[in-house]
Amino acid sequence: MSDTSFDDAPLLGPLARVLDQGRGDDSRAALSRLHDRLAADAASSGLLDVAYRTLDTPVGTLLLAATDQGVVRIAFDVEGHDAVLDRIARTVSPRVLRSPARLDRLATEIDEYFAGERRTFDLPLDLTMATGPFRREVLSHLRDIGYGRTASYAQVALAAGSPRAVRAVGTACARNPLPLVVPCHRVVRSDGSSGSYAGGPEAKRLLLALEHAA
Amino acid sequence: MKPFERVVAEHGATVLRVCRAVLGPVDAEDAWSETFLSALAAYPRLDEGANVEAWLVTIAHRKAIDVTRRRARAPIAVPDVAELTHEPSRDGLPERDVEQRDPDLWRALAALPPKQRQAVAYHHVAGLAYREVAAILGGSTEAARRAAADGMATLRRTYVPAAPHPSSARASKGSAS
Repeated sequence: MSDTSFDDAPLLGPLARVLDQGRGDDSRAALSRLHDRLAADAASSGLLDVAYRTLDTPVGTLLLAATDQGVVRIAFDVEGHDAVLDRIARTVSPRVLRSPARLDRLATEIDEYFAGERRTFDLPLDLTMATGPFRREVLSHLRDIGYGRTASYAQVALAAGSPRAVRAVGTACARNPLPLVVPCHRVVRSDGSSGSYAGGPEAKRLLLALEHAA
Repeated sequence: MKPFERVVAEHGATVLRVCRAVLGPVDAEDAWSETFLSALAAYPRLDEGANVEAWLVTIAHRKAIDVTRRRARAPIAVPDVAELTHEPSRDGLPERDVEQRDPDLWRALAALPPKQRQAVAYHHVAGLAYREVAAILGGSTEAARRAAADGMATLRRTYVPAAPHPSSARASKGSAS
């Protein structure tokens, strides 16, 4: 016996149509309203482990994500936002929802930064996605490199207490979960060229030029 | 385990249809909200290989029962005809073509015995296998199949799809003025 009888066919069309209409607005509007309500309910019930939003900037669309501890991830377009969200789900929590409210302050600060009106970010950070003591050590030293200044990979290695770990510093910068806010773009090659960057070399040059001009 | 946001994106529409079929358009949104909040809470403990849609429909089934009990009224809330045809739009856009909204079909669904309505919703709307429908409703796979078939037979008898008639064409053309 088949699962759906031939006689059912004429009824399934109208059924689908009426169930997609509900109270009068179409399902897309209803689902968008319900999604917002879910994000708000999740936050007030302590179930919104990771909130995220996107933000358009001169270096492309950024993904911004935060736990209730602080900003946990900033990602460039070229990293693939879906892949980054997958990784967040695996390493932080799968309770991930698009919910701009928690990221409003960060978004404002990033806007101000690109407008040349902000030199430091003063938001709590969640370093869950920075793995290993050495990488965290490197990230803490990156925060000492001031706006408009640069340091070489070798200088950062020295500051982190491992002068020979120049390549490991490069890796720590490349895997920095919080670019912009933890300024890995200020670490450049010893010959003065800007070097590689998770957001692409173009983005790195743009950031260095922005800070140099201010 | 994928981000819960993707679960909402992939299954939100189906769960909304199921909630509407079981509860009617008015209470469906409360059931949807409670279903996904409850699913979010349990999500990290969900088996990697689980059928997510069947899991969500199972939660929706229980939430629909909660909503029904809380409302302590007819098992399905059907807006009355006046509301369906004269409800002012909330967003200032011209009134929508209400002919499409088919109060007769809502009424026919509402008139089904709950188990038949649920079986129709879980099998024909959500696309679950009768075995999965039976796991939600209790009883045998054959009983689930029978409930869905009886429900569809009753709908065919009580609901006659309206042929598009002239007033509906006129209404949609005139709605912009």
